[in-house]
Amino acid sequence: MTSRTEFSVVAEGLTKSFGDKKALEGLDLAVRRGTVCGLLGPNGAGKTTSVRILATLLRADGGRAEVAGFDVRREPRKVRRRIGMTGQAAAVDEILSARQNLRMFARLFHLDRATARRRAEELLESFSLREAADQQVKTFSGGMRRRLDLAASMILAPEVLFLDEPTTGLDPRGRAEVWEAVRGLAAVGTTVLLTTHYLDEADKLSDRIVLIDHGRRITEDTPAALKRAVGGDRLEVVLSDPADLPLAVKAVARVTRGVGPETDEERLSVHGPVTDGVTALTDVARALQEAGASVDDIGLRRPTLDEVFLRMTGKENA
Amino acid sequence: MNAAPIAIDAEGPERRAYWALIDCGTIVRRDLTHLVKQPSLIAWQLGFPIVSVLLFVYVFGSAMDVGEGLDYKDFAMPGMFAMTMAFGFMNTAMGVVIEKERGVIDRFRSMPMAPSAVVAGRGVSDVLQAGVDLAVMASIALVIGWRSDGSLPETLTAFALLLWLRFALIWVGVWIGLVTPNQEAAGNLFAVAFPFGMVSSVFTPPSLMPDWLGAIAMWNPVSSTANAIRELFGNPLPTGGSWVEENAMLLAFAWPLALTLVFLPLAVRRYQRLAR
Ligand SMILES: Nc1ncnc2c1ncn2[C@@H]1O[C@H](COP(=O)(O)OP(=O)(O)O)[C@@H](O)[C@H]1O
Ligand SMILES: [Mg+2]
Repeated sequence: MTSRTEFSVVAEGLTKSFGDKKALEGLDLAVRRGTVCGLLGPNGAGKTTSVRILATLLRADGGRAEVAGFDVRREPRKVRRRIGMTGQAAAVDEILSARQNLRMFARLFHLDRATARRRAEELLESFSLREAADQQVKTFSGGMRRRLDLAASMILAPEVLFLDEPTTGLDPRGRAEVWEAVRGLAAVGTTVLLTTHYLDEADKLSDRIVLIDHGRRITEDTPAALKRAVGGDRLEVVLSDPADLPLAVKAVARVTRGVGPETDEERLSVHGPVTDGVTALTDVARALQEAGASVDDIGLRRPTLDEVFLRMTGKENA
Repeated sequence: MNAAPIAIDAEGPERRAYWALIDCGTIVRRDLTHLVKQPSLIAWQLGFPIVSVLLFVYVFGSAMDVGEGLDYKDFAMPGMFAMTMAFGFMNTAMGVVIEKERGVIDRFRSMPMAPSAVVAGRGVSDVLQAGVDLAVMASIALVIGWRSDGSLPETLTAFALLLWLRFALIWVGVWIGLVTPNQEAAGNLFAVAFPFGMVSSVFTPPSLMPDWLGAIAMWNPVSSTANAIRELFGNPLPTGGSWVEENAMLLAFAWPLALTLVFLPLAVRRYQRLAR
């Protein structure tokens, strides 16, 4: 087993079945202390199952796992005192206020009354919930709820924080709020294991990305290396008049730095790889408009999770 | 963001017992806060029994002859108390299912709190709430002219038996809450619970029902509690001489005990099996 001090989360050969459905088929995982690890995979890949096993909520059928230096199966109480967990649903009390929620959870984390109160105030402050502190949680936006959820997981300033799809179902603003909160936690040295099926989320937050599917690790790398392997954003122009194709090819070629744009004559589409997507998009749009080309659609195409899997596994992901 | 580790209490066995109590208290406090913040919940819950009382006493009561000069009010009120306690298990089940669905139970399970507190806390607050329910119903009963003709100890024993039934059904409720997949399914419970409450001596003496139905009604735990408290309130139901009815007092104690002995372990086991 890997050294305790170096890695906060270590899993070896985890297996788990529900009936005859195999959710995990020998998952290996190692998260270095103080880093953010993104567990990326499509729905049904086994992300939630992994996190629930690591957070002592579910017992694995086989394999072993250590979190914060303790075996999750043999010493769950010790693990529970060192982790924070936010599940797929924001598990906070709807009827209580944010402040009441944090005080309640702090008490259940066995802080004495005075410390519980103080901790609640600190967390309201650091998660920007002070103003809404006395409102009932059911009036909260998705982003606020999630932030409260995160705050509740941070009561003991845990060594390891598990986040299961922390931004699923949030609007862009809510996502940004949660991302900022997660970055704040990472900045003070919390080890974070987060699951997501958004490529950009894993990219923005993680030091390393573990790609999983069908209950197994497919690959693990830094976001930069993964993106290099997959290819970055592509700019695509779709025309309404085939006569404008040469014009579009010329315009797109100017922003792809030497890589020839590809043309799809059937769809009247021209596309090529770009590095600074937004600048390229405005440049090309302006050029085409000045040339009077008949543009039907213009936009950036990010590689989808499916494409990532296609490149990594060489097969279409079911 | 403050990352300094927070000092937490060391965990010897006696500290564990202490914290198990505190945790239970924290959960009860939360449940009571819920109640205070949503007083309409009590009204909603009592709506059905109260409307039933008024309907049966004022609309059907005049047409009902429950026998031997027994006033319908004196017959129906204890029945209504018992039924309210019996239907209480749906609140328990619904509460558990909502917490399970929202992931609150998972959050608790991922924390170092005492696992027993989740279930014990709910038990305590449900009994407290049942006490409030009974107080409200008894006040309404007094307003419409119902009186207990039993002595004070008898009357208090009657209310204790009612809470005893409610206590037993907490474990049925927790178990159902844990095995039901979601709120909708739990909502359908009402369809099951309704006949369970009706096929009893709550509204009609079983002796007036067809034989087979009467037999089921007599053996219904709700009937035993209803009949026992009718006795304690000084208005016993004339019995057909059957053993079940003669021994209502014994059964009002024994039925809930049996339910607890079966469903408490089932609920605990099911809770532990959430890790499967
Ligand atoms: N409680 C369960 N009962 C039956 N099957 C389950 C259960 N939980 C998960 N599964 C199955 O296990 C697989 C992995 O699920 P999950 O870990 O939730 O994936 P993810 O979180 O990556 O979407 C899926 O095929 C899912 O249907
Ligand atoms: Mg999931």
